[in-house]
Amino acid sequence: MSAASDNTIIFDNVSKFYGEILGVNRVTLEIRSGITSLVGPNGAGKTTLMNLMCGLLRPTRGTVSVLGIPTDQPQLLFRKLGYCSQFDSFPRGLTGRELIVAFLKISGFTGKQANELAEKSLARVDLLAAADRKIGAYSKGMRQRVRLAQSIAHDPSVLILDEPLNGLDPMVRAETIALFKQLAADGLHLIISSHILHEVDMMSDRVVLLNNGYVVAEGGIQGVREEMDVEHPAQVLIRCDRPSFLASQIFQNADVVEARVHDDRKGLFVKIRNQDQFYLSLNKVVSEGEIEVESIAPVDDDLSAVYDYLIGAQ
Amino acid sequence: MSSTAETIQPQTPAMAESNLSLWLRQLRAIVALDLKKNFFGKRSLLVYLLALMPIALLTLVVLVNPLGGGHSDRLPTIFSVFYNSVILRTIVFFGCAWIFMNLFRGEIVDRSLHYYFLSSVRREILVTGKYLSGLLTSAILFTIVTVVCMLLVFFPNYFSSSMRFFFEGAGLGQMFWYVTITILACIGYGAFFLVVGLFVRNPIIPALVLYGWEWINFLLPPLLKKISVIHYLNSLVPVPISEGPFAVVAEPTRAWIAIPGLLIVTALVLVLAGTRIRRMEVRYGSD
Repeated sequence: MSAASDNTIIFDNVSKFYGEILGVNRVTLEIRSGITSLVGPNGAGKTTLMNLMCGLLRPTRGTVSVLGIPTDQPQLLFRKLGYCSQFDSFPRGLTGRELIVAFLKISGFTGKQANELAEKSLARVDLLAAADRKIGAYSKGMRQRVRLAQSIAHDPSVLILDEPLNGLDPMVRAETIALFKQLAADGLHLIISSHILHEVDMMSDRVVLLNNGYVVAEGGIQGVREEMDVEHPAQVLIRCDRPSFLASQIFQNADVVEARVHDDRKGLFVKIRNQDQFYLSLNKVVSEGEIEVESIAPVDDDLSAVYDYLIGAQ
Repeated sequence: MSSTAETIQPQTPAMAESNLSLWLRQLRAIVALDLKKNFFGKRSLLVYLLALMPIALLTLVVLVNPLGGGHSDRLPTIFSVFYNSVILRTIVFFGCAWIFMNLFRGEIVDRSLHYYFLSSVRREILVTGKYLSGLLTSAILFTIVTVVCMLLVFFPNYFSSSMRFFFEGAGLGQMFWYVTITILACIGYGAFFLVVGLFVRNPIIPALVLYGWEWINFLLPPLLKKISVIHYLNSLVPVPISEGPFAVVAEPTRAWIAIPGLLIVTALVLVLAGTRIRRMEVRYGSD
């Protein structure tokens, strides 16, 4: 096993079929530390990919390894990996603390260690006050948090979170995202699936876009966006006092594909191929002093736009 | 939510410690968690009702009409018949079916099996731990049922002769063998039903098939009789009973073969369960 594979999650040509139904197909991925988000519509294969990483599913073809550990060795794998699943269910009759302590003990921790670790993880998700209440009496947000606490209690190096922000109120969402960023800064691998694109955008170092069981794009959001420039030229909104005049000027630039005046007549949408060239020519126009530019902002370089271009149109 | 940089120090199970002590600790943890569910979970209600049935039945009979019709010497045979037909073949059988099938099937229905699968524990240890929890639960419950029923048959109407039977005669020895048979039944049936719960989505059908097979055992030729649990258990019964005019008579298997034989078959069945669970996936949607 190479040193590189000991620090990455590797999918090597992995396919998973449920009978004749495709889960994921021919996935080859290397996931390094930091926050990686899995993005895609329902049924795209996000949860399948996560379950394959945890050994809850076995690949039909190919192999998966997590930090060099094959996923069919739970006794080794789950010393390094924590999984906060989407299943909103719990063993019956347990309190939040009992749940965490019981499964830490099953993982081999002594009673003293398990109690200490449970206390720390419950504090981390701000659930100490409710720790000794039955989980059956928890709100949805509390259940989400106790699952999160359970998944981080053994201090894993890899944390997999399936829709971890579901059911959390805005304040707790922000705090949870801050916690994820902190964990990533500590060197953890965080793999997160989420439907909420602007939150993914905010916290992810890289994304894996999935659709119909296939990886359609992966990498940093900017990198993925730049790769799409030919098919989907970048779009910027230039706020200025004379948008029509600006349109007539910039159309002389061959890199401008399309220009459209904003509905409020105070801005211009421009689609461009070569951004560097475009901004040089725009500087020239502005420096002539015939228009006053208030702001220039990209409108489609975020994850939502990438998602729309790659998946939304399908 | 605390997002401070507080670091949880890794305290993974010491790598240097022997696997055996780690496995024993994990077994204890699994057994402790599952015993709580087996005894206090909502599914335990059915087992308690089942366990109470023979006790309630005997209590009613004893109150209405003394067993043995005034002849206390008939009581060992009466209990043997009752034990064989009601306790062993029905209560222990269906009780074990319910307890052991639910060890995994119940977790799948409750969608909580993944918590076990996401723990740092060998799946074979998980099977063993769950089996032991089922065995402890069933053995404790049905041993109590066996002892209470035996006392109910003997003592209410024949107190002094029963005292002599138990403390000067064969009574305690017979009780020991009935308890042994009950525990062996839990061991054998438990392993079977645990595996059925792992392999089959609807375990009721294989349970009924085995139930039928065990009931027609007395009609089977000697070789086929040996492919059953009841044959070995019947071989240990301290007071043999007639199986009727149509029974095919076969030599009982000696205790020194019956007991280790049953244990070896149980071990093999558990190995099969271990093999199965290593390849098992968690897909609640399809279960």
